[in-house]
Amino acid sequence: MSEVKKVRIATCSLAGCFGCHMSLLDIDERLFDLLEVVEFNRTPLTDIKHCSPCDVGIIEGGVCNAENVHVLKEFRKNCKVLVAMGACAITGGLPAMRNNIDLWDCFQEVYRYEGGLEGGQIPNDPELPLPFDKVHPIYEVVKVDYFLPGCPPSGDAIWKFLTDLLAGREPKLDYEQLHYD
Amino acid sequence: MEPCEYPHIEDQLAPIVGRHGGGDATHLLQILRDVQDHFHFIPPEAIGCLASHLNLSRAQIEGVAGFYSFLSLSPQGEYRVLFSDNITDNMLGKPELMQYFCNKLWVEPGKVSEDNLVSVDSTSCTGMCDQGPAALVNGWPLTNLDQNRLDLISELIRIKKPVAEWPEMLFEVRDNVQRPGMLLGEAFEHGAGIRAMLARGAEATLKEVDVANLRGRGGAGFKTASKWTFCHAAIAEEEGSMICDVGGNPERFIVCNADEGEPGTFKDRVLLSSYADMVFEGMTVGARVIGARKGFLYLRGEYRYLLKPLEAVLSRRRANGLLGENILGETGFSFDIEIHLGAGAYICGEESALIESLEGKRGRPRNRPPFPVTRGYLGRPTVVDNVETFACAARIAEKGGAWFAAMGTAQSTGTKILSISGDCARPGIYEYPFGVTVEEILRDCGAEDAHAVQVSGPSGTLVSWQEFGRRIAFEDLPTAGAFMVFHRQREMFAAAHNFTHFFAHESCGFCTPCRVGTQLQKRIMDKIANGHGTPADLEELKHVGHILGTMSHCGLGHTAANPVLDTLKKFPGTFERKLKALSFEPAFDLDGALQTARDITGRDDDWAHLS
Repeated sequence: MSEVKKVRIATCSLAGCFGCHMSLLDIDERLFDLLEVVEFNRTPLTDIKHCSPCDVGIIEGGVCNAENVHVLKEFRKNCKVLVAMGACAITGGLPAMRNNIDLWDCFQEVYRYEGGLEGGQIPNDPELPLPFDKVHPIYEVVKVDYFLPGCPPSGDAIWKFLTDLLAGREPKLDYEQLHYD
Repeated sequence: MEPCEYPHIEDQLAPIVGRHGGGDATHLLQILRDVQDHFHFIPPEAIGCLASHLNLSRAQIEGVAGFYSFLSLSPQGEYRVLFSDNITDNMLGKPELMQYFCNKLWVEPGKVSEDNLVSVDSTSCTGMCDQGPAALVNGWPLTNLDQNRLDLISELIRIKKPVAEWPEMLFEVRDNVQRPGMLLGEAFEHGAGIRAMLARGAEATLKEVDVANLRGRGGAGFKTASKWTFCHAAIAEEEGSMICDVGGNPERFIVCNADEGEPGTFKDRVLLSSYADMVFEGMTVGARVIGARKGFLYLRGEYRYLLKPLEAVLSRRRANGLLGENILGETGFSFDIEIHLGAGAYICGEESALIESLEGKRGRPRNRPPFPVTRGYLGRPTVVDNVETFACAARIAEKGGAWFAAMGTAQSTGTKILSISGDCARPGIYEYPFGVTVEEILRDCGAEDAHAVQVSGPSGTLVSWQEFGRRIAFEDLPTAGAFMVFHRQREMFAAAHNFTHFFAHESCGFCTPCRVGTQLQKRIMDKIANGHGTPADLEELKHVGHILGTMSHCGLGHTAANPVLDTLKKFPGTFERKLKALSFEPAFDLDGALQTARDITGRDDDWAHLS
């Protein structure tokens, strides 16, 4: 008996809140159906740290620091199809609210004025990802194939999107899955 | 509570409100213009005060004040200098001159100097392309700017000389009529059109306009006689009864659209400077035909320097019996014209947005139908025609339709006034019978080595050197009048780039495809200009252009992608030379965007860099 080759999916969260990943889990028992046809590679769910070649990469969150760029480029390099999931990946979203604030002021506020952290020093450890002066949507850094909107997209929207994609259809969300009021 | 900075604002506003309609909300824009002049911005206190005077909400007033670019909700300099940002101004050195001027006055573009004396910024085309680089100082046009003039201007500002006392030569605006035709070249006797119309009768005159096959000169080319006929037939009703004017006739309006905002167009400036009688006469003829007692001239804010001379022309015409009650002794023939000033909004050239603006609101295009001919100003049937259309109508009333139709081509009768600027020896105003080829025009204006012409401005058509045999006519190249010439050495990308900024700035913001589409288009063009462009960006430009063209609410959005799409099609090389030969390139400089954090943390390790 030859097993059908499963579609390989990788996911990650950059400058996001993991809400989109929570929403992915919201497809509930349909996860079992999904696992019939896909396998997860690098994702917070498997704790695999680096991508192998994949079919689909799903990115939550925008790009706020140098490490995000490395991760994003690794995904782009390994994934045939790259999906921006949720408002932050698509537009920068909530983290991009800091774009109107000078980075120096941000650092001062966090490390200087609030006592107790790093002894009033601004940390400069190379292990810490270095932030950009602004938060960017991921399409400004790599080519993105699909955008899955929502904050977060509902479990149903994610399910519809994935099943379309897996069936080889152009993903299309119904109006109910796209309006949020 | 914050201390009130303007304790006597009530007293200061009362005369302004009194001057403009005395509490009639349709005058809001005119009132706000004067408030801006007085305070150099619209103070928050004024908004509350006007709200009670005009019985409007604060939001309505803030909405209007925030919409027009000559109005400002934050304080501007005592001297507000706005440099015209059209591509023709840029080709004449505007960016460098503006920087020079800012350096001289120690002020950053877009900001107010620390002593609140001066603010400097860019503004959309001011209609002085034949004598640029141009600017506006507190709304008054400055032409032929160079370093010497800017030295003088910055000195005048430094010694705080009132603009009214500046040397006149700074404000000199020449007509530059290079090639007159039947509108600009032949003598026009004041009243001749009205007399001929009265002798012939209104209906017969409409027939003459029909025979003349006069089509709208704003570029769309709708048949004027049809528009007038529809309006004449329309009757506004309210709760089942006809809305009448004081004479007991159905109320209708006639509006002259002098919101000449299309970059590169300045023919209306000349018509209103030196041929205003012909324009007003055309309006009067039209008023008689459709049965209107009141007309408006909607004058773009950039042309406020024409307001006083135009008011003088109107007064003279009233004194001569050509306006007012019983015109030329004809009992019951009453008509008068009021001038409304715009405040820097290209969209108000769209007729339904213009009507909104006339009513004192934001210039937001209406849903059509109903068209203005049935429901226009205040819901009454309204004819809105271009300045040049009215001038033609006056000539037709005077000389007859057959005379007019003998000129031009089958579908495009009469002449067309072109405003020529850019790379040519003799920029200015040229009047041609319709059907003239681009090549002939280029020869006449001394455009050697021309490579491309932007016909009818950014919303029109880019004509490449291979197409110079094409003709100016509704059948081939319709135009509102702009004719911007580019020679071989010009980078056509720069023109398209400039136009995307224009549209992004002028989108009224009402519909998403246009509000967002024009911004996306601008950002992609910025990305390409900054050396981050890739072939994928060109595809994206086409995609955005398609959405703009098909999904937008009005003509602004429909045409906003024209310059980019035309340039992509006709001059692909100008884009390709700017692209990186990669499948994808980030939209910004990744390593550069880490510099601030490197400075703050003092880090310079490998992880603090991106290649």
